[in-house]
Amino acid sequence: MNYEFDFAALAPYWQSFLAGAWVTIQLTVVSVALGLVIGVLCAVARRSGVRSLRMAAGAYIETVRNTPFIVQIFFIFFGLSSIGLRLPILWAAVFALVINVGAYAAEIIRAGMDAIPYGQIEAAEALGLTKFQIYRDVIIMPAIEKVYPSLTSQFVLMMLTTSITSQISAEELTGVANNIQSNTFRSLETYVVVGLLYIGITFLMRGAFWALGQIAFPRRRRLGLL
Amino acid sequence: MGDFSSGHMIYLLNGLMWTVLLSMLAMLLGGIAGFAVMLARISQRRWLRRISLGYVQIVQGTPLLIQMFLMYFGLGVAGIEVPALVAAALAMMIYSSAYLGEIWRGSVLSIDNTQFEAAETLALTRWQSLVDVILPQALRIATPPTVGFTVQLVKNTSLASVVGFLELTRSAQVINNSLFEPFLVFGIAAVLYFAVCYPLSLWSRILERKLNAGRRQA
Amino acid sequence: MPAAVKLENVVKRFGALEVLKGISFDIEAGQVVALIGASGSGKSTALRCINRLEQIQSGTIEVCGHRVEDPALDPRSLRQDVGMVFQSYNLFPHMTVGENVMLALKRVKRMDRSAARKVAERVLRQVGLAEKIDNYPEQLSGGQQQRVAIARSLAMAPKVMLFDEVTSALDPKLTGEVLRVMEDLAKAGMTMVVVTHEMAFARRAADKVIFMHQGHVHEVGDASILTTPETPELREFLDHDL
Repeated sequence: MNYEFDFAALAPYWQSFLAGAWVTIQLTVVSVALGLVIGVLCAVARRSGVRSLRMAAGAYIETVRNTPFIVQIFFIFFGLSSIGLRLPILWAAVFALVINVGAYAAEIIRAGMDAIPYGQIEAAEALGLTKFQIYRDVIIMPAIEKVYPSLTSQFVLMMLTTSITSQISAEELTGVANNIQSNTFRSLETYVVVGLLYIGITFLMRGAFWALGQIAFPRRRRLGLL
Repeated sequence: MGDFSSGHMIYLLNGLMWTVLLSMLAMLLGGIAGFAVMLARISQRRWLRRISLGYVQIVQGTPLLIQMFLMYFGLGVAGIEVPALVAAALAMMIYSSAYLGEIWRGSVLSIDNTQFEAAETLALTRWQSLVDVILPQALRIATPPTVGFTVQLVKNTSLASVVGFLELTRSAQVINNSLFEPFLVFGIAAVLYFAVCYPLSLWSRILERKLNAGRRQA
Repeated sequence: MPAAVKLENVVKRFGALEVLKGISFDIEAGQVVALIGASGSGKSTALRCINRLEQIQSGTIEVCGHRVEDPALDPRSLRQDVGMVFQSYNLFPHMTVGENVMLALKRVKRMDRSAARKVAERVLRQVGLAEKIDNYPEQLSGGQQQRVAIARSLAMAPKVMLFDEVTSALDPKLTGEVLRVMEDLAKAGMTMVVVTHEMAFARRAADKVIFMHQGHVHEVGDASILTTPETPELREFLDHDL
């Protein structure tokens, strides 16, 4: 093996790398926010008294969790364009990511909700709170607090999954890398650099979630649980 | 349009066979490497713990897709000619070794430390304590999440399609390129994946429930 | 004077199991009533029916003018008049003591934060825990948590308060501090229904004692029935309890 690494050949592209990383971060932030909403709604639906709602949420969650993301995004992106619905690529990417992460988030949040003792809900009922208020104040927030570590790992996994959107030509970090390596023929170097950037984003994300947890869950901060 | 034939179906099923084969290979190789990662992560040697932690952070901090590319092009520049199956399996070995190593480390650490102490007072070596006392107990705890991880593994073999390995997803792409029936073709691919993954998911959940029931009684 | 709480022929079944077999009693405003009986006698169920945590199968329950058994009744209007304190405190762990007390004031009574905070300070002073307002429940002892739960319920200015074995999870020392708070409430004229195993408390504070046995109201009287029971079942229960 007498391969000579040449990272210098990539230097002219540093702005493209950063632009790709920025798109990855944007995709992640939007998908996490929307995925959290879908996750909460589906978790509530999974616990609903209405059987059809429970079944529908269950079917959605199981379908998503038992099929690969790449097949999901092909189904959505190529499928929609085959019936004349041409979504902009990044919109399609966000759409697929939200559908995907929503299902995982729903299962995690539901586990957190199931762990809320029933007495908590009765106490809130006895105080005269509405069903909506009980969900918001007594079930959802503490449930998310309980499962916060698993939820944030799932979101980090989702950030890594955004790389797959390059397969529908999204210009995020991996998509940018694919272009650069075909221009420079420095494939290995390109993917090493991109790998390092992903590791950087991973640590950035963990830090951001830690800080967010400090703000969102003052109890954990005070009692030193985070 | 709409001329999806039995030939296409056979082509997809052939892809599914390669998906299953790659999954098994990845699980086997990843399991062996993952066991080593687990041992290194709980080692009494600090440098070994540090290196293995770094390894896990790197693997869990990068997308499998990038790992696939790195393995594919890395083997290429090293002048090693291997079939796409081998490149994909090696990438998935690295990927799964980190996740399995962490799952198993968690299971071992969940065994009460007094078990280690009890074994040591019987003058067992650390290796003997691990093999005879800790691992048999950890195995029960590790099984449900390990089965759960195989679901991730099967799904993630779909990324081998990007380095040209003709598994289920790649087969579906090939058919779709000629028929352009994405809902139908990727829908069938999804059903096939589901048929493999869902039983594993259910099994993992049942094992989990059994384990929890056993724990509550204890 | 109209009764604050009136149960008539109340039947409650869980599946095939009949827990309340047609019970009747009434409670006047300002009275303290002790509901006693062995476990499984239906006393806690009776209490939970009063604020409709359980739906009854037949009979009538009237509480402060609300027809509790009426399916059309909005339970939230009932629960603004009826406070409840539970055996397991059921404080919300992610909220401070003050936030626990203020939650329903803000959400149900639509008070603004500062007004709710004033009420919280007042009721916490009443239970002797004013200085704990910014602590979290898990930083408090069991007895303190239960006193916070009483304050949380008290803050809503209920007309009737229900106590469901509120000292059962506490050791004797902590039991004392909770019972003292309850006796203060009784002296201040609160209408109280207390499911309890604390016979000494019942003797001191109860205006009326209702003994339940196998889903029936078996004996009713003032606190004197605890020293001179009429029925053999109550006598046996009291002997066991000592």
